[in-house]
Amino acid sequence: MDFGSISRRHLLQGSAALTLGTAFGARSALAADTTIGFIYVGSRDDYGYNQAHAQGAAALKKMPGLKVVEEEKVAETDAVEKTMESMINLDGATLLFPTSFGYYNPHMIKMASKFPKLRFEHCGGLWSDKDPKNAGSYFGYIDEAQYISGIVAGYSTKTNKLGFVAAKPIPQVLRNINAFTLGAKLANPKATTQVIFTGDWSMPVKEAEATNSLIDQGVDVLTCHVDGPKTMVENAARRGAMVCGYHVNQSPLAPKAYLTGAEWNWEALYPKFVKMIAAGEAIPNFYRGGLKEEIVKVSPYGEAVSAEARKHADGIKAKLTAGDYVIFKGPIMDNKGKTVISAGTERGQKDPELEKMDYLVEGVIGATS
Amino acid sequence: MTSGVADPLEAAAISPAADPGFLQRYGGTIEYILIPGAALVGALGVFGIFVALFGKSPLDLYFFMYQGAFGTWFSWQNTLTRAAPLILTALCTALPAQLGMVIIGGEGALLIGALAATSAALMMQSAPPLVVQLAMVVAGMIGGGLWIMLAGGLRQYRGVNETISSLLLVYIALAILNHLVEGAMRDPASLNKPSTREIGAANMIGSIPGTDVHWGLVFGIVAAIASYILIYHTVFGFAARVAGGNIRAAKIVGLSVGKLIMTICFLAGASAGVAGMVEVAAVQGRTNANLAAGYGFTGILVAFLARQNPLAIIPVAILLGGISASGGLLQRRLGLPDASVQVLQGIIFVFVLASDALYGRIGFLKGKS
Repeated sequence: MDFGSISRRHLLQGSAALTLGTAFGARSALAADTTIGFIYVGSRDDYGYNQAHAQGAAALKKMPGLKVVEEEKVAETDAVEKTMESMINLDGATLLFPTSFGYYNPHMIKMASKFPKLRFEHCGGLWSDKDPKNAGSYFGYIDEAQYISGIVAGYSTKTNKLGFVAAKPIPQVLRNINAFTLGAKLANPKATTQVIFTGDWSMPVKEAEATNSLIDQGVDVLTCHVDGPKTMVENAARRGAMVCGYHVNQSPLAPKAYLTGAEWNWEALYPKFVKMIAAGEAIPNFYRGGLKEEIVKVSPYGEAVSAEARKHADGIKAKLTAGDYVIFKGPIMDNKGKTVISAGTERGQKDPELEKMDYLVEGVIGATS
Repeated sequence: MTSGVADPLEAAAISPAADPGFLQRYGGTIEYILIPGAALVGALGVFGIFVALFGKSPLDLYFFMYQGAFGTWFSWQNTLTRAAPLILTALCTALPAQLGMVIIGGEGALLIGALAATSAALMMQSAPPLVVQLAMVVAGMIGGGLWIMLAGGLRQYRGVNETISSLLLVYIALAILNHLVEGAMRDPASLNKPSTREIGAANMIGSIPGTDVHWGLVFGIVAAIASYILIYHTVFGFAARVAGGNIRAAKIVGLSVGKLIMTICFLAGASAGVAGMVEVAAVQGRTNANLAAGYGFTGILVAFLARQNPLAIIPVAILLGGISASGGLLQRRLGLPDASVQVLQGIIFVFVLASDALYGRIGFLKGKS
């Protein structure tokens, strides 16, 4: 199928349908039948990473004139290149959201160079000037929401032992563990976080083992950073522990045990992106934000959360939402006794040093390697 | 898709039935095409019923499968790209099968081959690209070959079941890969996706001119044809088949069974190792966890469906590549979950295995009146 003709047709339809709009430069117009493609690495009902994106896609489906096509369980190989091309060639997609980290380089970059008139938006990548201009990367400072979870966990624990089931010791994960622990210590200086790395993003058996092992050691509040928190949440609740969720709201899985959680807010961001395109605005190629920018959110508190915890957490949340609170504020020591952020240094969310985080803060029991 | 392939063959098989001499000569070959073809049609029929139970039209299903796999030039390229690694990994199971061994560890050989090829390329960055590429092929073959030789050696000299050991070696290979990629071989710039350094754009082997399909397809076809000649048209291959038929008889006539096992296992692992090398040199450009995409496991399915015949592996790999290529379209157009493709693969597998019982039992193919 000749791609050029589709693109032209879409541009024609775009200029005809949008009375206020025109075709904006190189970018495809938002025609009456604009097709948007979403690609997930796992199953879209995983109560986790992929479901969060699917909820964002569902928000787009409600908007008039948009057609959303989705494909799940696409491997981070040339399979995703072919899926993108298939969405473009066979479905006429003009805006693509390949949502898994491993899709970015080389796969999405290759497709963005091959189809310069289409727009590609990637979750989690670090777009740089060398990358194509029609490609973009967005992500959220979800450690802000993890910090709030940490505060709630710090108040809720009776043993002062918190548990964290983590996938890999990479900067994004370490940042969440550290923010959670700093939040917990703010609320409860005696709290420690025991972390277990499973080694990969989706390992339900190891996640269940880690959950049980943490609870056996006396941990009574758990959270996680894996693709599908379902295993941890259900197992912890069954063992009588409390949980803080991740990615999406898991309270339906454990209504009594669910304290709060760090959630993505893609259902707010994706419609915003589409409206920006429709209005002819450029989406910044490197797009980041936290609670203030409404890219992440905190789950509603569960019934087990005390009034004191709610008050403290809400206070910090209000400051973060206003943009005048810094989580990574020196002095911060790592758990080997080395100062990683010196006194007087404030590392704000956009500080590139935080993107390279390779340590666990004091209070975390565990090692990065 | 299938009826288009099977019908002319069936017609060809039936029309010259008047001449019994023809059937006596070619009846066996026709049987090899007719029976799997019929099994495939049967499997698609059952899958159609399965899909109808979910309220989707089977006719739509067949149409989208055809369109997604073979309907356009783009679809063909999509299919062939997905088939390329499967031919090579299938050989890793089909070659030892000639000796009566069931090796299911192609995935491990692929990973080790990829690691070896990447290491070779990283060690000789200043060499001309052609030299680097050749070194990568050789390193991939040696890495993968030695890996499966381990399973062969354990079987020959220690009596360890090769099926179990080759499978367990997959997990060891994955652990080695993760260990190196997250440790000694890690590119410090690969923050959230631990990877080795890139082998460099100049050293990539690229696509077959005029297509998007990488050279892995050519490697696969050449390897399959070479394996066929080796097994059916050389003394070595004859010796291997004798040993596969009756190992004691082979020993009595003086065949060195140990040497046969080690050589065949090396060749088998080398094929999968080349698949790993191609994934690095044509797709990913470096080694990371993305390489463990399951090609080695799908290769087992391909080898069994091809009845361990190296030549038959080529069309079977293209068929499974087509099923996987069309899987995306089934998700997008019919709203079927990704698992439906696995259901179809499973049904085909059962039908083809069950059809084994029919060989030699179809009277008219023996030229009897």
